[in-house]
Amino acid sequence: MIISDILSYPFLLRALIVGFLVSVSSSLLGVSLVLRRFSMIGDGLSHVGFGALGVAAVLYLQPMAVTLPVVIIAAFLLLRLSGRNSGDRAIALISSSALAVGVIAVSVGGVNTDLNAFLFGSILSIARSDAIIAAVAAVMTFFVYIVFYHQIYASTFDPSFAEATGIKCSRYTSILAVLTAVIIVVGMRMLGSLLISSLIIFPATTAMLVSRSYLMVSVVAAAESAIAFISGFLASYAFSLPAGASVVAAHMVIFAAVYIISRAVRCFRTSSVG
Amino acid sequence: MRLIEGRNITIGYEDDPVLSGLSFTVDDCDYLCIVGENGSGKSTFIKTVLSLIPPLSGKILFENGLKRNEIGYLPQQAGIQRDFPSSVMEVVLSGCLNRHRKLFGYSKDEKERAMHELARLGMAGKRQSSFQELSGGQQQRVLLARALMATDKLLLLDEPAAGLDAAATAELYEIIDSLHGSGTAIMMVTHDIHPALNAADTILHLSHGSYFFGRKEEYFRSEMGRIFLKEAGHDHQ
Repeated sequence: MIISDILSYPFLLRALIVGFLVSVSSSLLGVSLVLRRFSMIGDGLSHVGFGALGVAAVLYLQPMAVTLPVVIIAAFLLLRLSGRNSGDRAIALISSSALAVGVIAVSVGGVNTDLNAFLFGSILSIARSDAIIAAVAAVMTFFVYIVFYHQIYASTFDPSFAEATGIKCSRYTSILAVLTAVIIVVGMRMLGSLLISSLIIFPATTAMLVSRSYLMVSVVAAAESAIAFISGFLASYAFSLPAGASVVAAHMVIFAAVYIISRAVRCFRTSSVG
Repeated sequence: MRLIEGRNITIGYEDDPVLSGLSFTVDDCDYLCIVGENGSGKSTFIKTVLSLIPPLSGKILFENGLKRNEIGYLPQQAGIQRDFPSSVMEVVLSGCLNRHRKLFGYSKDEKERAMHELARLGMAGKRQSSFQELSGGQQQRVLLARALMATDKLLLLDEPAAGLDAAATAELYEIIDSLHGSGTAIMMVTHDIHPALNAADTILHLSHGSYFFGRKEEYFRSEMGRIFLKEAGHDHQ
């Protein structure tokens, strides 16, 4: 019933397809990012994206043309230059600075842009051109992740061994940085800069509760992301809720359920063994 | 049969040489222990041998079919995340990634090789296990199997026993001894004097600005060796 409704509206169908693709590809990036202790990079980069959007609006520039390179540079700096230990500090510094620049730009310029759309996204009003860019970026991410799956695994698990066997870890880190930046920028239009990081963190974290291998983490994360997006999207349509927030809430519910079930199973196992 | 020869090399980073004039050799079936204080250049030496940084001068020669990037390397434990969700097989198979040509999955040969290496180290029963659920000693054995995937001619071990309890340490040294016995040359960085006393054939002692390289017996007669033994509480001369 709801599904046939959605299928009859092209803009809803477009939002569903693009959201699905972006969700799944960001969950794959999230697996490597979370395991590299870079969970907050999505949050940081989306704030950088917000700052860049604000500046672009004041200067009457094409938003995508400003945001994309700025966020790619920020991702590159964060992943390449900061060591694993200072990563969270670097992210906090960059993200709050960018947010400040964005807020000042928007207020000084007196730009009549809808701040809400920046912060919370507007998946239903996504333009056709943006939808195409997002779909292409998502499919590209998916493709790269599969082609370089083993290399990404090795450089995430043990970079010093990987380097020693001739795998150029920095190259794969750069690839990861660029893809993350692109996905964040296109995803921001849908979920908003405040919520986009959940697409990166939730699937990997949920998958790690139940998976025993890296392959399984990747597969479970992608599946969780797909289920959460579709159920959140349908719920938002059925109950007239904000789409971005509904998707994040769906992630939250799935995470909580998986956490409780996996804990219960573990308790049951240990008590039956002992 | 010679595997690696360093001729008059200077190790270090640009404008910051750590040690110069270093010459050493590793032959087939050698057991070389690399000792030295913190900051004496052991890590820099390892990175140079692994071709991660070039020597500032001099040459490192790889001979008799040993290739760069084909040294079985066991890095220091600090770099690995203990809670990383990965199966034992995934970890071991990643050891042959530099020769891996297949896009999806690993070939049958590679899987059989991984099984063989795990079995040699007594870990065949754990191949389906999750790496994070293993004990410290078991994790080291899995990482040793991964190193053997690259080559079984030469293993380069960077403080393999760090963080292990006494029983696991003894077990690990036993395994390393048996690998050495079956023809694998060993290069091992260690803080622990006992393997140097027992198993090693040759010693490379790096000290700030100077070094000793030679047979174990000569080392214990040398000034540097005597000081090292005394500091380690083995002053039996």
